[in-house]
Parts: sequence; structure tokens; C-alpha cells
Amino acid sequence: MYLTPEQQAILNGSQGETMAKVWKTLVMYGEAFGADKMVPVTSTYNHLVTSFGLKMMKPVFDLMQQLIDAGAVSQQQFSVDPRPVDKNVPANFLQNFIFKKIMYATQEQYEGQLKQLGLMDKDAFTCACYLDQMGNKPQKGEVLSWAESSAVVYANSVLGARCNRNSGIMDIMGSIAGFVPNFGLLTDEGRKATWVVKVQCKQKPEAQLLGSAIGMKVMEDVPYVMGMESWLGTELNDENCAYLKDFGAATASNGAVGLYHIANLTPEAKELGELLIAQGAQEYIIDDAELERVKKNYPVMWKNPDAKPKLCFVGCPHMSLQQLIDWTVAVEKGLKESGNKKVLIPTVFTTAPGVKKEFEKTEYAERLEKTGIILSYICPLMYMNNPLCKSMPVMTSSNKLRTYTTARYYTEAEILTKITKGGN
Amino acid sequence: MKEFKGRVIAPGTVTAEAVVSHSGFNTLASFQGALQFGDKKATCGDQNNADLHGKALAGKALCLPQTIGSTTGGLVIYCACAMERQPACMLFSKPIDSLAAAGSILASVWLDGISMPVVDSLGDEFLDYVQHGMTITVKDGGVVCVE
Repeated sequence: MYLTPEQQAILNGSQGETMAKVWKTLVMYGEAFGADKMVPVTSTYNHLVTSFGLKMMKPVFDLMQQLIDAGAVSQQQFSVDPRPVDKNVPANFLQNFIFKKIMYATQEQYEGQLKQLGLMDKDAFTCACYLDQMGNKPQKGEVLSWAESSAVVYANSVLGARCNRNSGIMDIMGSIAGFVPNFGLLTDEGRKATWVVKVQCKQKPEAQLLGSAIGMKVMEDVPYVMGMESWLGTELNDENCAYLKDFGAATASNGAVGLYHIANLTPEAKELGELLIAQGAQEYIIDDAELERVKKNYPVMWKNPDAKPKLCFVGCPHMSLQQLIDWTVAVEKGLKESGNKKVLIPTVFTTAPGVKKEFEKTEYAERLEKTGIILSYICPLMYMNNPLCKSMPVMTSSNKLRTYTTARYYTEAEILTKITKGGN
Repeated sequence: MKEFKGRVIAPGTVTAEAVVSHSGFNTLASFQGALQFGDKKATCGDQNNADLHGKALAGKALCLPQTIGSTTGGLVIYCACAMERQPACMLFSKPIDSLAAAGSILASVWLDGISMPVVDSLGDEFLDYVQHGMTITVKDGGVVCVE
């Protein structure tokens, strides 16, 4: 890989041993993928995946401290994934004890490290930092050093920014150096589609299910998705962006997709059309039967598959403002139809702190509260990652949450029926 | 006995028993429970991986196509190495993905005395041939012997 004389000097130790190790890490990372050079990070902000002061992460905290002590802090401010704990989310005495005293006992200390390294502000905790209310929305063509699989795939696909699927820690290394290696999704060639996905469903496919099917099939490749125009149209409005947010998160967690193109909708597909499809691309046809097959193959991890759900999570990744409003209206309608006043299963909607603040200014906040639904900024995945929650029958409309925890996946319509009308 | 040749990502030699994933290896889903709750064998917790769910990963020769899932994947590998619960080696049939590469590189640059040889691009035939319980020897130069 070509390095400028200045970059080579830093690698050789001109700015100290720690900065030399930061550069060595990035150069080795680039060389593993045939990068030709280092390119400047051009986004205003970074986004990190490690938001949780989990005890098992001690080696990461030690490394972060090493960076801070050496003055090797981020050249950009950053947002970070959601906080793992929120007192408003239902938890019994034992669960609270485990969260605060055992699992996330180092949360406060770690947040102190994040501040020193360049955290944007005390509320910059969300997996959906690109939502308008959060202030970290990169522009088309900007080069990022982000991590968080759902954010990376959104930034690349919906916003047209350029970012590889960086790991936690590697994300901040790029921000400290101000450069990232030029390979993969940063290059025109790496952004070409090696799969053509033809959607032939009779009705609009569930975003999280379609994303799951595609992720499992293409793994880390780039899919070019056709056949969505009758449902999504050709404009990236709020509804479509929310759909693509959930779709992308499923492609990235059930597979390893970092970029997708939707014909006539996402920015590069609109500009370049089928020129984006690489020669020899493979084909995957998805119809209703295929989606049903994928859904049926999800393992049910509840001890008793017929148990009544004890908790429901909607909002992984975090919900947009429009999604919160739409869900509020839908829940009210469902409750009215069933003659119930409040939801029948404890339900938590999760969203970004900035979105929560905006939502609370609207009339819908009070209406949602009346339904009994709790609104939180928590990361449901972090909430679920302990033996007590693992044994609870929890349901979700998130395919990401299903993948990493024992939560059981249902479509949004199924969730709505269960929480407003009952039934296992 | 069959020999395969790949590309060295992290150098080293080792002999260990094979554990094999034919589907993408979800690093976070596989390691999170084990690292959090003191399981020294690092039992695979990924319910979606029928090949590996419930099998010990620490000290084994982990054979896989590539890793998938959360971008915490690299730091999970880094933590597993720091806690000495990492596989003996990671052997990829396909070119390595960015998360696994990051984990392997972070461990080699920032941790002292940690060895986890990583070889990629061993080819589909490697993953077709290798089975759980076989003995794997990683030699210099990306040579992998399976018997």
C-alpha cells in the first residue's frame, strides 16, 4: 500500500508508539484487502458500536485508556450505539441487580472514557444516528470510519456514503488517524452488485423478513434488488427510509451485507441503474413461499413454545419519528377494535434519544402512554443478554434481536394483534 | 490426509481438533454468552448455527467460510484472545471478511504473547473435506494439513 512520507513517519514512530500502533493496525487492515492507499475520513462525525460498559469488555476499556493516556483521541466527535440500561424498561429486582451491579457495573466509567475520546453529547446514544433528530447524517460520497452493522448498511445504501463494515475499535482507529484504507465499499468496483434479487411477492414484503432472506443468501456480497417499485415507488420519503432501515438491519445481522441497491430508489441505483450489476452476478428469486420458508426455519428458543409472551420489543434498530406515530395510531385502532384499554403484553418501543424528545412534543406521546406502551432509548439486545432475560418468552418484530437473543420473531401485523387483541 | 494452501493473515503454527461451520459464523452470537459468563470452553451460543451450537470453540481449529453479523465481531475476537478463550486458529475457505480480519489484526498488534494463526482463501474444497473432530495442523506459509 502506498503511504505518504508523513504517514510512513507516523508508522515509524514520529508521533509516539501508540500512534504508530494505530497506523500499523490500519495499514495491516488495508493490506489484508489489497488497499492501494489511505484516504481521508471526510464525514463530520464518526459512529462507534461499543456503547456498553460490559464487564467482559475489559480488554477494550484497557485499550481505550491506552489511547487516551497517549493523547490519541478521535479527530472527529462521534455518536455511539444505545445505552444498555433504562430504569423505565420492566425488570424485576434480580434483573436490576444483575444489570447494575454485575453486567454493566462499569457503564459510568466507560461513558467517561467515551467523553474523553470525543462523544458528541450525553444523548448521542443510538444505533440510528442518521435519523434527522440525531444530527449525524453523512452526505453522499463522504468517507466514513463507522461501525454498527445496521448504521453502516444504511449510510452506504440509503445515503450513498462510503464505509466498510468496520469492526468496533477499528472504527475509532480510523477517526484517530483521520484516514482509512481504500478498499471494498469505498471503491466504485466494490460497490457493484454481485447478486440480482428479483422480488416477486404478491404483497409488500415485511422489511425484516425480506432483509433476512437476502442476508442469509448473499452473506457479505452486494445485492441489487428489483421488483420493489410498486410498493416503494421511486422517492426516499420517511416511510421508505424507515422500511429500508429495518430491511438493511436484517440483511446485515442475518448475513453481512454492507451495501444494497434498490432499483430506481436508492441513490446509486437511480444514477447508474443496471450498470451497477457486476458481470456474472448470481440471481435469487424471492416470492411469498420463499419468505414463508425462511420464517418457518427460524429456531424457536423459548423453553415452552406455547408460552404467553412476557415482554415485547419493537425498535431494533431504533424507531423513526414517523414509525412511532404510525405505531401509536395502529395500536389505538387495535385496542378500540378489541375493546381493550391497554396493551395485553408489556411492550417497549425503542428509539433514539433525540427522536424521543421530538416525539414527546407531539400529541402522540400522551396517546401512546395511554395504551400502556413504554418508550425507551435502551438497546433491547443488551437488555436480553443475560440468563434471566434469556429464559423469558420475549417477542419482537426485529430480525436482528431474534438473531442474537432468544426473542421470538413475529411480523409487525402479528405483533400488533398479539399486544392489542391477545392470543399466544 | 489432505493438504490445503491458503493466504496467511496472522502467522503461526498449531495443531488442534477441527470444529466446522458450513454457514457464515456469527461471531457475536457465538461468543457473547461464553465471554460474559465465564465459560472457559467458549461454548458456541449461536442458535442459528446448527453445526456449532453447543460445541466448544476455545482451543479448537475453527473452520468456516467467513464471519457474519454485528460489527462488534472484531472486538469480540479481540476480547476472546485477551481472555485466552480464542480458537487455536481460524481457517477460512473464502477470503477473510473485514470483521474477522479486524479482530485478528487488533489482537496481533495490541496484545502481547497471543497466538492465533489465521489463514484464508483455502477454497470450498477445504470446507467440503474437513469434518468435526479431524486433526488440523497449520504450518508456515499458509499450509493446512487435515487428517
